[in-house]
Parts: sequence; C-alpha cells; structure tokens
Amino acid sequence: MDLQNKKIASLDDKAEPKTKAREILKVAIVGHVDHGKSTFVGRLFHDTDSLPEGKYESIVAMCEKRGVEFEYAFLMDSFQAERDQGITIDTSQIWFNTDKRDYTIIDAPGHKEFLKNMVTGAAQSDAALLMIDALEGVQEQSRRHGYLLNLLGVNQIAVVVNKMDLVDYSEERFNEIETEYRAYLESIGVNLTRFIPISAREGDNIVKPSDKLAWYKGLTVTEALDDFKILAADDNLPLRLPVQDVYKFDDRRIIAGTIVSGQLRIGDKLTFSPSGKEAIVKNIEAWPNAYTEEEKKNLVVGAGQSVGITLTEQIFVERGDVISHIIPAEETDILVAPHLGEEFTAKLFWLGQTPFEVGKNYKMKLGTAEVNVRVKQINHVLDAENLSQSSGDQLLRNQLGEVVLTTRSPIALDDYRSFAKSGRFVLLEKYDIAGGGVINLDGYKNRRADIFAHQANITRVDHAVSLAERENYNGHKGGVLWLTGLSGSGKSTLAVSLERKLFRKGMQVYVLDGDNLRYGLNNNLGFSEVDRRENIRRASEIAALMARAGFIVIVSLISPFKEEREKAALIQGAGFFEVYVNADLATCEKRDPKGLYKKARSGEITDFTGISSPYEAPTNPAFVVDTAALSIEEGASALLEFATNKFHKEYNQDYSI
Amino acid sequence: MSRLDDLEAQSIYIFREAFNKIENIALLWSLGKDSNVMVWLAKKAFYGHVPFPVMHVDTEKKFKEMYEFRDRYADEWNLNFIREVCPPIEEMDETLPPAARSAARKTVGLRNATKKHGFNALFAGIRRDEEAIRAKERVFSPRGKDGRWDFKHQPPEFWDQYKTEFPEGTHIRIHPLLQWTELDIWNYTQRENIPIISLYRSKNGFRYRSLGDEDITNPVKSDAYTIEEIIEELNTTKVSERSGRALDHETEDAFERLRTEGYL
Repeated sequence: MDLQNKKIASLDDKAEPKTKAREILKVAIVGHVDHGKSTFVGRLFHDTDSLPEGKYESIVAMCEKRGVEFEYAFLMDSFQAERDQGITIDTSQIWFNTDKRDYTIIDAPGHKEFLKNMVTGAAQSDAALLMIDALEGVQEQSRRHGYLLNLLGVNQIAVVVNKMDLVDYSEERFNEIETEYRAYLESIGVNLTRFIPISAREGDNIVKPSDKLAWYKGLTVTEALDDFKILAADDNLPLRLPVQDVYKFDDRRIIAGTIVSGQLRIGDKLTFSPSGKEAIVKNIEAWPNAYTEEEKKNLVVGAGQSVGITLTEQIFVERGDVISHIIPAEETDILVAPHLGEEFTAKLFWLGQTPFEVGKNYKMKLGTAEVNVRVKQINHVLDAENLSQSSGDQLLRNQLGEVVLTTRSPIALDDYRSFAKSGRFVLLEKYDIAGGGVINLDGYKNRRADIFAHQANITRVDHAVSLAERENYNGHKGGVLWLTGLSGSGKSTLAVSLERKLFRKGMQVYVLDGDNLRYGLNNNLGFSEVDRRENIRRASEIAALMARAGFIVIVSLISPFKEEREKAALIQGAGFFEVYVNADLATCEKRDPKGLYKKARSGEITDFTGISSPYEAPTNPAFVVDTAALSIEEGASALLEFATNKFHKEYNQDYSI
Repeated sequence: MSRLDDLEAQSIYIFREAFNKIENIALLWSLGKDSNVMVWLAKKAFYGHVPFPVMHVDTEKKFKEMYEFRDRYADEWNLNFIREVCPPIEEMDETLPPAARSAARKTVGLRNATKKHGFNALFAGIRRDEEAIRAKERVFSPRGKDGRWDFKHQPPEFWDQYKTEFPEGTHIRIHPLLQWTELDIWNYTQRENIPIISLYRSKNGFRYRSLGDEDITNPVKSDAYTIEEIIEELNTTKVSERSGRALDHETEDAFERLRTEGYL
C-alpha cells in the first residue's frame, strides 16, 4: 500500500501499514567538554543491555591497546583521532530502545572548537539531555549549548548533573547547580526543565534509582527519556510549501516540495510569494499508484510530507517561491500568506572562518530560496556566559548576536515565533554554511498590500481592434518563432533568410535579433547571468507584444537557459514555437563568424556559452534545424513550410474593417 | 506522521535537493536491500522516473542471485543503467589486510568510474546505524581530489540545509538513507512490496544479513524466511548487521582507512 502523500482524513485507520514501525525520538546529548557525554552514552547502552554482541569486548581491547582504563566513550568516538586524544570531534548517532519506544541518541561534541559539529547534531533532535559536571559546575559551553538549543528549536531539555560520585552524592551541590542553571534557562525563556543527578561512571540513576541518591525522588534518565513528547507536525499553522523544483518528465508539470506547515487539498486556491501569482491545485500526484477519484475527495496532505502538485493553469513558478493559501477578506492573527519585506532582524549564531561584519554580503538560504543579503547593522553581540549585550560591528566565530539584514527586493518572510521552521535561515560563507538565524519581524511593515495594490492599479487597456481582426486582415496568425542555439549555429542567417521568404509571401514578419536589441533597448545590460536573463525577459515581452499586433516574430537569441525559454513561452502563451538551431560546438567554433570563440578560448571573453557557460539544449523543441547537415537555404525552406503551416489562418468574412 | 512516512519524506527531499542543485549525478546500486529502497525512493521522488544514471560498480565477485536481480530490475524499473568493472586486486595497496585489500578494489573502481563519466555527485545508500564511522557522516558529504574524505573538517548541516555549493573539482556523496535503520529498511520493504534478493531469506538454517562479495561475506544462522520473520529476528538479535563482513573486523582502524580513501 502506498502511503506517500496519502493521508485520507476519513480513512485514517484503514491506511495503517501491516507492520507497525515503533515510534522514535531523537535525543541529543550536549554540554561542556569533559562533562561526560560520551561516557554517559556508553553507560546507558551497557545498563539497558543495548550493546551489540562483542562490542564490550572490542572496547576492552581498544583500551588495552592504548594502555588506558576502560572507556565507554569509545562506543561513539569511532575515529582513531578521537580515541587517541580522548575527545569527541564530530557528532555521532546510535540507536537504542526502551519498552516504550526507540531512540536515536545524538552525541554532540562539547569542545568549543567543534561547535559547528555540535549544532549539526543538536539541530536534528526532538529533545536534549544537557550534561553538567557536578564538580566543575556550570561552564561556558553549558550556557552556550543551552542558548543554542533554544535557537535551534529544541525546547524539551532535561539537565543531567553527572559525576555525582565526585561530590559524594551531595544534595546541596546538586541544588546549587540546579538553582544556578535553572535561572539561566528561564532568563532565555526555557521553562519546565527536569534536573537529574547521576554518575555515568558508577551507573547511578541511569536506568535504576540509586541508594546513594536516595534524597532524589525524581525520574531516572531512561524514565525521563520516556517522558519526552513526540512533537506533532505543524499541521495547524497556515500553509507554507516552498517550491523545491518543477518537473516535466512527462505531460504533467509537477511542482514539488516538502510542506513545512499547514495542509493542502485539491481545489485549494494558492498564492505564490513573492511574485503574488495565484493558481488552483488541480491534482496531488503520487507514485506508484495515482489517487482514485474517490480518494481525491478527502485527500489532505500536511506538514512534513514531500508532495507534488499540478495547477489548473500554467503560470511561471520557480524554486524558492513560497506557496501559501490566498489571504481571506477578513484579517487573521497569524499571516495566511508570508510577510513581504526587504529587511528583518535576526538572532544569529556565527560559525564562519572570517568575522561576520556590517557591510558584507552573504548568500542566504531560506527554505528553498537563495537570496543575497547585506548586513545593515549589528544591534548587539551577545555574551552567552552572562547574557550581557555589547555593541560591535562584527561577530567572531562561535559568537551570537542580533543583526539586521537587507535584501535587494522584497522576499517572503515568516517570524520564527509563529513559524518555527519557515522563520529560520542559514548564511553561506563561500561554499559552506557559516551561520544560522531566526527571523524577527517586530517593527517591520508587511509590504504585501503596497506591492500588490501597485500592481492592482495597472489595468490593461482594451484595444478597439481585436487580435482576431488583425489576423484576419493580415491573412495569418501572429506568434513567435524562438530560434535558440549556440553562437555560430546560424540562427541570425537563418532568421533573416526566413524573414525574406515570409515577407515575399505577404506576411507581416519581423526579426528580433539579440545583438540588435543590445544596441538600443538592452544597451544597459552586460553578459553576466543576471543580465542575460533580463535581456531574454525583455526580448520575450517585446516578441509577445508584436505577436499581439499580428506579427510573426522571429526571435534569434542564444538563450542558453531552458528556464528562460520556458518563461518566454509562458509570456506568449499559444503561438509560441521553440526552434532548435542545432550545430555541434566543434562546427560552430570552426565557423566562428564573429571571432568570439577565439576570444572565449583565450579568456578575453568570460561567460561564453558552450565554452565557459552552459548551453541547455531544448528537450522537446517544436522544430529542429540541423545546420551542420543542411545549407541555410535548405534550413530556411524547411522552416518556411513549418511556419506557413503553424501561422495559417482561414479568411473569415464576418470581420470587416 | 508515522516513522516510515517521516523517513520517506526526508529521503525524497534529499533526492530532490540533490537533483536540483547538482549536475551530472548518479545513483550507486549495489543490489542490496538498502540500494533497492534507494531506487524505490528515487522513483517516488520523481513520480516513476529515475532522472539520472544508476551505476553498479562491479567487483565481478557478487553472488549469481545478485546478477540475476540486477539484470531483471534494471529493465523492469526502466533504469538508465551503467555497469563499470573494478580493477584487479594486484593493483591494490599490499599493506592492507586481505579483506580490506579486496574491498579497496571497489574504492578504486568507483573513483575510476566517477572520473570516466564525469559525475559530480553520487547517491550512496549507507546508513548511520551500520557502522560507527558511517554514524559520523553528513547527508551531503564532500570529497576532495581523488575521492578522499576529510572527516575532521565536515561542513555544518542543519535545518534541512545541505552543502550544495562547492568549488570545481569537489565531489559530493549524497546519503538519502543515512537516518534509516536496518529495521526501517525491512519495514519499508515490506510496506512498499519492494523486491529482494533471495539470499536474505533463510536457506538450510542460514541467511545473509548484508550482501557483499561472495568470498568475504558470511551468512548468519537464521530460520527467518519471510520479511515478517526477518523483522521479528532483528527485533531480538544482538548480532550486528555487518558481523558477516570480514573487512570490518580485521583491525580497529581498517574501516576508517578505507573510508578515508573513498570507500562507501
């Protein structure tokens, strides 16, 4: 039975699989270095009889080889370097179970040097055990980890006071630590935390209560684990579905993504942010079996599910767009569609190699969107030790702070206090994730109404002459022949030859050539990817305008990106024909009519299609002209036949001028 | 969401993320239970299509049941299938223990195949619960020149944001099953009715829990024939999954050395 995307409200019980997998909870073990995290995990596995056969013996052998006392930490510290140095470098995971459920235990390193690895481990967890050494007490990383858990969205925490054997199982010492650390957690907004005294080395209070801790009446560690809750999916929040990709493997155009919050049904009216486009869900796709008509009626997909939908009309959607429901007429407390803005405040932790600084630009990944952000200001640098705030214009590695970031144009934003998952982002330094932050929108105006009011004020003027009348007058339909291909493939030559042939047949025809456009309309554009895309967008819009005026427009543009050509097709609608002017790179380079390949090879020109920039060949063009095999005359004649056919129109006597 | 639904959704997200962000990618199909689940998940992610090549790096020492399975499902699942052969053992580092030396053929075979096809990334079906070194892996795990794994400097990975940007020449291993356990694989195989190789089923009191080369893989004592029985057995056993894999047990650091060099 296929269960992907399949959650049928009224049939929930019947949809259960035949074997029930046990429920699972992920628990991170965090805390200051040497407070005994790895040792605790080893002991937990031993005391719950969870070690695989032979594991204990192999750890004994490892310790003998190194001439050290038996060390439980070797269970998870699997790198030679970790065992040799007695320190956890990277996060690790291991599985065990109680009668109640299964657990993934995530060990996170406590050394300051490896904070990025701690974050990697802890961020995946549903709950955390924070380890504090009874003798050393609360230390720098104890506080920093507590603060980070909160930022990372891990809100179920139990504090385990370890090494009670070293303080003679003193209740007073335990209370001291609890008082100090509880106050700290409460000051950052973490409440209802359990404190448990244990000795990992002696096995006190891990599975069984210990006589030496008779004064402690609370739960043991395993009982506390079983007491953690499995987190419910954010089904009750408004819908947020970041578009991950758009697939056209067959005749369906499937918009794919994972629902971050909320629910979705067939027939729902959606809006895409930040574009503001709207559409209706036509279908929710599934494999291996598509939903039956009966199933579709009650079909609901929700938070956490990876889905694919089709829309009732073809609008241009791209990765990074955020799908939500359209805003209802009456106001709601929580935003049905995301806030739109160009600026926001964020709490940030920085893991980068170089300082995070005011004035620097970073790539931000927010959901599936990738946006350049600029650091406008740093409101304060936070000292995790005592939560004091100081001013500064940079955050060093492993520092925390509150910052203001700006983008060039409005993007879809959610406040993390309402939307824990869509309200967080990461920043990249060169190629790596170098920081994480949560968005706070206090004091920022949602620009959605402004932006779309502005669009709403633009109204199309109805023409006194209809397109049908124009076409009737011309004796043919208007439309766009979009010639794409490598430089030197023969697009321009083919285009002007075809223009002449069509003109001779009495047709209204015009060539829009990439180079010609760059003399005037597009003379402010260069050859970077952004500029090339804009160049193509303008050409697409002009072609569509001229086609509406009744012309056959022959566009001759390298247009290397599939996505741009698709946009052009959507802008025009019916009457768009993609023509692939196909000649292999070697042939084009040999022709090199403008000497450009030579310059590209020598590095004089950068971003040159086919050499230093990709060309994405059409997958399903309306027509292909192979100019390596055909002469220009042959190619143009073949195209002429194709065009005459496609733009043919019967004369209709009902129209008069 | 149920545990399996959750794992499935996460793996699909990983597949889609990799497919969108990385050009020239292939899926490593070892024919075992894990990589069959991986192919299945890819088909779910892309609605019946597997939009990248599926490659078997062949040691030519697999069981005949595995080759039969491969030939049948490469066709039935409509895969863009590639087979590449590993170099002979004589070319491998002599200082490695025998099983590790044999396994090194796969590392080199993989490296050669990757170079030959120009793959920037590979989907590999390893899981964290299999082995303590693999437990430290990232979902998107960069490899340097020659496929080496710099495990001391792994990039951070959190909030479903993976390393999808890298300088030219970097190679990425993508692990869609990293979070799955052996039991999850079987529960899912049963739920989805995914075909399996008969060697996993008990025959004359023995079955294979993990399939590798015929000469360095041993069966375990078991009477489990149906998937239900396999699941039942795994719920009670304390024998580790790879106990039948000779190369894991030769020396303490054998597996770490192999993985550093680029073994899966």
